[in-house]
Amino acid sequence: MILGRIQVPPNVRKGEPFEVRILVQHPMETGYRRDLNGQAIPLHIVDKLVCRVGGAEVFSAELGSGIAANPYMAFYAMADASGEVEVEWRDNRGETGRVSAKFSVA
Amino acid sequence: MRAMAVAAASLALAAAAQQPPRPQPLLAGTTFQSPEARQMQLDDFANPGLLWVERGQRLWSEPRGAAGKSCASCHGDAGQSMRTAAAHHPRYYPAAGQVLDLEGRINRCVTENEHAPALAWESEELLSLAAYVARQSKGAAIDAPLEAPARDLYEQGRHLYFERQGQLNLACTNCHDMNWGKTLFAERISQGHPADWPAYRIEWQTLGSLQRRLRACYFGVRAELPAFGSQDLLALEVYLAARARGLELSPPGVRK
Repeated sequence: MILGRIQVPPNVRKGEPFEVRILVQHPMETGYRRDLNGQAIPLHIVDKLVCRVGGAEVFSAELGSGIAANPYMAFYAMADASGEVEVEWRDNRGETGRVSAKFSVA
Repeated sequence: MRAMAVAAASLALAAAAQQPPRPQPLLAGTTFQSPEARQMQLDDFANPGLLWVERGQRLWSEPRGAAGKSCASCHGDAGQSMRTAAAHHPRYYPAAGQVLDLEGRINRCVTENEHAPALAWESEELLSLAAYVARQSKGAAIDAPLEAPARDLYEQGRHLYFERQGQLNLACTNCHDMNWGKTLFAERISQGHPADWPAYRIEWQTLGSLQRRLRACYFGVRAELPAFGSQDLLALEVYLAARARGLELSPPGVRK
């Protein structure tokens, strides 16, 4: 289970954009580097991240080897009803991670 | 009377030896960072170091080793028991018979009390625990005690600090006392305080300990790198803590 963090304002206004911030702990190893002994360090990156609200996809990203370690993402969303933002991701070794945060619409 | 004057003079000398020359005013490491890096450190969400703090919080109550104990078994709530702990390290532990820095102290607990194998330097587990414990001291002023054995290390650290090393023939003091605030390539030279460590260094793409940072300085002046946990690095840590006495801790830092 890969560690991650999410930040969503707990109270949002109907129809007004709010910021969702995501931070994933991952080395994002490019696959192009070599270690001190000259051995190639294999590719190890998060390659897919999906964000859903109430089961509907609102944001997704395909990360490549050019993304820095511990990727930080932020985007704006709008909601008509209270719910939960769920973020799931998986890396190229099949490891997954998940974070979620509830918000209520005033 | 004369004997008293001599005694007073030698006391004053001893006191002076314990007062390292310090930059005036004492400025935190963030002062010398770019606005972006500083912002990243101050933002409690964007600071990547907090990922390690969070992991450390989980590890805190996870049992390990033959004793089946976790950190929390003895120390309970870290928010209470570890409050200001990082501000008093490195320090002498009579029971251990040695001076330990924060990482060394954690590892002593791991081996002696939890009966688990020592955590490797710069391992995710040790960094996470160190970051979590250090975080509890945010806002505390550095105040590492200089009892007898620590004072020997302090003297050794002071010697190292002023000794020119490496192919570039530079001592710590050449940059961090004589030239702080000036620009070196794309960096502003800091005063070299240990207040924000362990810190996330963007160059490393990960969190690292103060010892790793000190080794990076050795590398920078093209000197031979002392091993992790070596007497030299510990002595420098002791000296730097004495030199930064009173400075507020704010770990985990973010550095370029």
